[in-house]
Amino acid sequence: MKLVVVSAGLSVPSSTRLLADRLAAAAAPAATAPEPAPAEVRVIELRDLAVEIAHTFTNGFPAPALADAFAEVAAADGLIVVTPVFSASYSGLFKSFFDALGVTDADALAGKPVLIAATGGTARHSLVLDHALRPLFAYLKAVVVPTGVYAASEDWGADGLDARIERAATELAALMSGPAGSPTRRPLPKRDSFEEVTPFAERLAALGVPGPSPAP
Amino acid sequence: MQFGIFTVGDVTPDPTTGRTPTERERIKAMVAIALKAEEVGLDVFATGEHHNPPFVPSSPTTMLGYVAARTERLVLSTSTTLITTNDPVKIAEDFAMLQHLADGRVDLMMGRGNTGPVYPWFGKDIREGINLAVENYNLLHRLWREDVVNWEGKFRTPLQGFTSTPRPLDGVAPFVWHGSIRSPEIAEQAAYYGDGFFHNNIFWPADHTKRMVELYRARYAHYGHGTPEQAIVGLGGQVFMRKNSQDAVREFRPYFDNAPVYGHGPSLEDFTAQTPLTVGSPQQVIEKTLAFRDYAGDYQRQLFLMDHAGLPLKTVLEQLDLLGEEVVPVLREEFAKNRPADVPDAPTHASLLAARKDAPAEEGVHA
Repeated sequence: MKLVVVSAGLSVPSSTRLLADRLAAAAAPAATAPEPAPAEVRVIELRDLAVEIAHTFTNGFPAPALADAFAEVAAADGLIVVTPVFSASYSGLFKSFFDALGVTDADALAGKPVLIAATGGTARHSLVLDHALRPLFAYLKAVVVPTGVYAASEDWGADGLDARIERAATELAALMSGPAGSPTRRPLPKRDSFEEVTPFAERLAALGVPGPSPAP
Repeated sequence: MQFGIFTVGDVTPDPTTGRTPTERERIKAMVAIALKAEEVGLDVFATGEHHNPPFVPSSPTTMLGYVAARTERLVLSTSTTLITTNDPVKIAEDFAMLQHLADGRVDLMMGRGNTGPVYPWFGKDIREGINLAVENYNLLHRLWREDVVNWEGKFRTPLQGFTSTPRPLDGVAPFVWHGSIRSPEIAEQAAYYGDGFFHNNIFWPADHTKRMVELYRARYAHYGHGTPEQAIVGLGGQVFMRKNSQDAVREFRPYFDNAPVYGHGPSLEDFTAQTPLTVGSPQQVIEKTLAFRDYAGDYQRQLFLMDHAGLPLKTVLEQLDLLGEEVVPVLREEFAKNRPADVPDAPTHASLLAARKDAPAEEGVHA
């Protein structure tokens, strides 16, 4: 079981990373319970990949470290994604990571359980989860857990954040470990990838075109 | 093995002088570059096809016909011919005409183009890009092989009792390559027909090219055209050379930094590390090009992009001298080493004609 955390925090240390770590610490053991070993956690710090993310747009392909991160995301059984709020939305870097991912694999998140979370200086921005992050991940065909977690500065010294983290992590864990037949656990068919190409005769037949002519 | 050059035909300001050539200058430069390719012993000249500024080559067979009249050996090709938005009937006619004029020194590469608005400009739907490539090429394939074609499809008006003229030279259709950077469907199409597959290979890391070529080779064998190793593979490459590699880097950097495709992006150093671009001495170009075989297998055609990003004609001609004198002779020798005897050369008009005479029943499948 593999849990991948995408954190778009910029400062070191960052409250975005802090929230990401809290969520991962709660979700990793829950995803594999009652097994004693928790899910393997890999954290992707977008700050480290910022230049490679930009170059994906100018080049059309991801550089090696970013390609590794994309492979981790593609192989994840579940994702925790956390962004600071910038200008009333997710940060540009956060969005760009998922845009660049789409350049290489438009369906990378299809059917994948995703826990959305955000941090901000004030609780006034908390609806960013439902007005910005949830539609983005719905568009990417992810299965977004019902509870998102928003942490304003004041939440780090108040009651309530623990319970929201616990609840969201439990929901993510349930989707990650769900029955094999559930939508999030079923590998999607990958037509026209390197693994599975539509036989050419099928393509011709779909157009109503006969195959190549016999020799004259 | 064939070596040659392919050109995009971009009109780009020279970043070191700010000067932009006129369209006439650029078109004449492309011709001069083609003639130089033959002079320095290269085998192939291929031109792109574009229908929007800053590109000039909208009419490839016009240019190739002119080049044909002024050359003796050079194979004239395209990189690519738009199978999506051109009428396949016109492609059949234009290239058969060129074949006669050039005494068979013609092949062509199918592509889908890289400019979205070309589709609507020519009355097509970009969402049908793959289907257009499939249906149009199927018709083109028949027009060159059947004297009278009755045809009905989804994308063009039906044909009843249609004969494409002139018929292909000696009844042998021009050899076709299919070019694609990232669409497995096109590798599959090339394999299905037993045609060649060309990977542009210059903007993407090698492992991506490797996967496309491996898929094509496997499917080529699946369709019974030969072993995977016998499939017909072409690769692009991009180089800039000076005797001293530091001079090459210094001179090429402003062109790289401002290049239309990858300029203002990664550093020259990162890009050369991550893609097949080589900027350095002829020996470095030789080493990097020979390594293409490690991931693509023994292949048939190597084309280099030499004349883009605003490089002046004089510089490009110097590059071609280096390519023809110092690089390609060594590549010919080295690529021939350890090459299995049953790996074919790139098909030519002569080889296709000979093959048809040997095995007439198979011509329709292999040509």
